[in-house]
Amino acid sequence: MTDTADRTDEIREVERIIIRFAGDSGDGMQLTGDRFTSASALFGNDLATLPEFPAEIRAPAGTLAGVSAFQIHISDHDITTPGDAPNVLVAMNPAALKAELDKIEPGATVIVNTDAFEERNLAKAGYADNPLEDGTLDGYTKIEAPMTSLTKEVCKDIGVKPRDAERSKNFFALGLVSWLYSRPEEPTMIWIREKFKGRDLVIAANEAAYRAGNAFGETAELSASRLAVRPAKLPAGTYTNINGNTALSWGLIAASHQVGLPLFLGSYPITPASDILHELSKHKNFGVRTFQAEDEIAAVGSALGASYGGHIGITTTSGPGIALKGETLGLAVSLELPLIVIDIQRGGPSTGLPTKTEAADLMMAMYGRHGEAPMPIVAASSPSDCFDVAIEAVRIAVQYRTPVMLLSDGYLANGTEPWKLPSVDDLPRLSVEFASETNGMDDEGREVFWPYVRNEDMARPWAIPGTDGLMHRIGGIEKQDGTGNINYAPENHDFMVRLRDERIRKIAETIPPLEVTGDVDADTLIVGWGSTWGAITSAVGRMRAAGEKVAQVHLTHLHPFAPNLGQILGQYERVIVPEMNLGQLTALLRAEFLVDARVISKVSGQPFTAGELVARIQEETR
Amino acid sequence: MTAVPLTTKKDWSSDQEVRWCPGCGDYSILTAMQLLMPEIDRRREDTVFISGIGCAARFPYYMNTYGMHSIHGRSPAIATGLAMARPDLDVWVVGGDGDMLSIGGNHLIHALRRNVNLTILLFNNQIYGLTKGQYSPTSEVGKVTKSTPMGSLDHPFNPISLALGAEATFVARTHDMDRGHMQEMFRRAHAHKGAALVEVYQNCNVFNDGAFGAITKKDARDAMLIDLKHGEPVRFGAENERGVMITDDGAQIVNVADVGEDKILVHDETADRGIAFALSGLAQDRESPTPIGVFRAVDRQEYGEAASAQLAAAQEANGPGDLDMLLRSLPTWDVS
Ligand code: SF4
Repeated sequence: MTDTADRTDEIREVERIIIRFAGDSGDGMQLTGDRFTSASALFGNDLATLPEFPAEIRAPAGTLAGVSAFQIHISDHDITTPGDAPNVLVAMNPAALKAELDKIEPGATVIVNTDAFEERNLAKAGYADNPLEDGTLDGYTKIEAPMTSLTKEVCKDIGVKPRDAERSKNFFALGLVSWLYSRPEEPTMIWIREKFKGRDLVIAANEAAYRAGNAFGETAELSASRLAVRPAKLPAGTYTNINGNTALSWGLIAASHQVGLPLFLGSYPITPASDILHELSKHKNFGVRTFQAEDEIAAVGSALGASYGGHIGITTTSGPGIALKGETLGLAVSLELPLIVIDIQRGGPSTGLPTKTEAADLMMAMYGRHGEAPMPIVAASSPSDCFDVAIEAVRIAVQYRTPVMLLSDGYLANGTEPWKLPSVDDLPRLSVEFASETNGMDDEGREVFWPYVRNEDMARPWAIPGTDGLMHRIGGIEKQDGTGNINYAPENHDFMVRLRDERIRKIAETIPPLEVTGDVDADTLIVGWGSTWGAITSAVGRMRAAGEKVAQVHLTHLHPFAPNLGQILGQYERVIVPEMNLGQLTALLRAEFLVDARVISKVSGQPFTAGELVARIQEETR
Repeated sequence: MTAVPLTTKKDWSSDQEVRWCPGCGDYSILTAMQLLMPEIDRRREDTVFISGIGCAARFPYYMNTYGMHSIHGRSPAIATGLAMARPDLDVWVVGGDGDMLSIGGNHLIHALRRNVNLTILLFNNQIYGLTKGQYSPTSEVGKVTKSTPMGSLDHPFNPISLALGAEATFVARTHDMDRGHMQEMFRRAHAHKGAALVEVYQNCNVFNDGAFGAITKKDARDAMLIDLKHGEPVRFGAENERGVMITDDGAQIVNVADVGEDKILVHDETADRGIAFALSGLAQDRESPTPIGVFRAVDRQEYGEAASAQLAAAQEANGPGDLDMLLRSLPTWDVS
C-alpha cells in the first residue's frame, strides 16, 4: 500500500489495497467478497481475486477447518495477481483470525467481529486467551465491531427475528469495509433487491445491516483509517468481471458459434470443474447439449460419441477424472476425432486438495495414456485468457481432428479479473468441412470411402454418420493409413505410431511465434505456463522497476511448443521456470531443447505471490 | 428424410473378411441381421453399430453401415452421446456378456434407466472368448476355467433380471439357433422408442460349447423353451401341456391339467415389472425351461428426444443464443 501525495478530506488515496475476508463457511464470506469485487469493478478499479474454500461442505462451525476466505486486490493501475500480503483482514470469528493472521502484512488493519470472540469460539480456534486482549494484535491497526449484536439491533426495528438477523452480519461487514475503502453503495443495494426479490424481510435486513456497517464507521470515528483507490486507467472498452470457469464456458460457446457446430458436454461433477457444467447447462438456447454422465468414463465416452456424430464433444473434469478417462483418450487419438478435454487442475495425488490449486497434471496430459498417444495441450494463463484458450483448443481439435487437452486450475477457475469484452466480429474465424465424397477405389473398381486418407494438415476426413455413400468403420485397433482397414503388420504399426506423432507436431505450423517481454537482452529468462502468468508478470515488473534485467516468456501451447521456443531459450544464459509442481515443464524443456532450465517450484495449494517469486528468482540468479 | 432404397443382404455386408471361429454362434446372428436390415425402413447411411471389445464386438466391421469398434465396456456410453447428438440416426450397440455386464455394467444400466434410443444386443455366451476362456459374469457357479481351476465362486447375473431392475423399457431374449425368432426380436427392439435390450444366447463352440444345447437344440425346444407371446397364456411343451403360474413364491412351472387353464399366466408385456421379473427368474440354470421373447415393452419418455425438447424450450423462452448478449450478461462498465 503506497501513499500518494494528494489527500482529499481525511480519506487518503492509495494505489492499491489488498483485503482478505475470512470467516466461518456459514458466514457468507465468499458472497461478501463477491459483492465487494463487483462494486470495485463497477467503480473502475483493476482487480484480481482469490477465493479459498474449505474442502468440507459444512465443517464444524467455528473451527479452523471451516474457515472460508476471499482475497481481493484492487488497484488504480493494471495488476495481475490477487496480491501478496493483505493490508486488511476481516475476521468474523477467532478461527478466521488464527488461520489468516500470519498471511497479512505487518501493521495491517484487522477488522474483527468482537461478538464472536467468546469462550466457546476461542476454545474451538485453539486460543487459550482472547487475542483481542492479550497483545496478539499489537502492532496492527485493530478495528473492533460487535457486528452480530449491532445487526440484530437494527433488524429488531424492522421485525426480523434475532436468529434470522444474525445471517445478515456479513452485510454489516461489507457495509463497514465499503465505508472504509470508499466503495459505492448503489451496486450492492441493487444486487440485494434483485437477489432476494419477493423476500422483503431479507432485503430489509441486509440493507439495514449494510447501512449499520456504514454508520458504525462514521460513529466509531474510524476516519483515520479511510482509504480510496482511484479507478484504473485501463484501455477503453466495455468490461466485465469474470472468473476462469465462466470465461472458459463462454469461450466454448463462442468457438461453437464461430465454427458453426453444436456443443456437446459430457461431464461428471468434480471440484473445481463443476461450474463449467453448470454454466453450459444454462445456455441450451445456444444449442448446447449437456449430459451429466454416470461416471468420468461415460462423460468422455459420450462426448466422443457426439464428436463422431459431428458435434464439438467436450468433457470437463479435474485430475482424478483425467486418470479415469485415459483409455478413452487413447481411443480418441486412434480414431482421430476432435474432442476437447478440460482439466481444471487441483492438488493431488488422489483426492489430494480438492479445493486448492496446483498445476501438476502436465505430464499426465502429455504422457498419461498407454502406448504412444500424443495429444496437443494448451493452457490458460489468467481467468479471462480461458476464453481465448477455449477457442484455440477448438480450433486445433477441428482443424487437425484430434483430442486436445486444455489445462486450467483451481486458481483460474474461481479467481476473477476485469475483462475487456471482445467484439464478436473480431473473434477468430474457424471453419470445418465434413467429408461428402468417396475418396478411394476398392479391388473391384468401385468408389469407396477410406476414413484415413489425409489432407495437407495430415488430418483425416470427418465423415459423419448420415452422409450419403460414406459408410465406414473405425476403431481402436491398429489400422492401415488410407483405407483404415485393420492392420497388425509390424511395419504398419511402426509407420502409424510415427505418423500420429508427426501429425501432432505439425500443429506447430499454425501456432503463432512466442514474444519475449521485459528486457529481451537480459541474461535471465523466466519461462511460465498456466496460472503463474500473473505472479511472474508482476515479479518481473518489480525486478525491472528495481533496475534488474529480466526477460519473460509465457507458453499457451505445451504440446507442440510454439515454433520459435527453442531459438528463444538458446538466447539466454539462465532459464528459470516457476511452476506449481516439482518441475514438469522444466523437465520437458530440458528433454526437448537440452537447456539447463531450473525450476522454482511451489506445491502448497496456493498460487505464487509476486513477492516470493522476486525473492526466489533473485536466489537463483545470484 | 431421404427415401430408403431397396437393398439386399449384400448391400448390408461390408467387404471385411469375417474372423470368428468357424462354427461360432456369432455367424448366425450376423446373417440374421444382414437379412433383416433390408426389411427395416432405414438407410445404411443412417445406421450406426457401436461395439466395445470382445468377440461380439467385431460385429460392426461386418455391417456395411457406419460403425465404431470402441473400447471395452464403453459402447453404451459412446452410443449415448451419439444418440443424443444425432436423434436422426439409428444407433445399435453390440457386445458380449463380459463387455456389457462386467467392465461396462455401469454404462449398460444407466443407458437402460435413462431410456436412450439405442437397440442393444447382448450376445451372452457365458464365457470370455477373446481372452481365451475365463469365466464371465454370466457363467454358472462352479465353472471350471483357466482362471477358476477349482470352480468359480461368483453367482451369475441374469441379464434379463438386471435389465428389468434397471427399469429398462424393452427387454427380450432370443437365441442363435432360431433365425426367425432372432429377427422378430431385433425387429421389435428396433421399433421400440427408447433403450431396448435383447439378450441373445450365443454358442461359443471353442470355450463353452453347448452351453445352451439343453434348451436350444431343435428336439429340446418344445420342452425347454417358453415362448412368451403378448396376450397369450404362457404355455409350452409338445402338447402345450405345461404352463407358468404366478404364486406368492414367484413364477412356477406347472402342469396345466393340474391347476386348470384359468390359473395360467396370460403374458402382458406392459404389465407390472414384478411379473416380468418373476418370469426372468425361471431360467436360473441351463437345464430348466427358459422363457424367450419379449418380457417387457412399455412406453417412457425417450432421453435424446427429451434433451432436444429442452433445447427447443430454451430457445423458445430465451430466443436463439446471441453471443454478444452472453458476453454482456454479467454487470459491465465502460472505460473511455
Ligand atoms: S472364441 Fe467363442 S465366441 Fe469367440 S469367435 Fe470363437 S467361438 Fe465365437
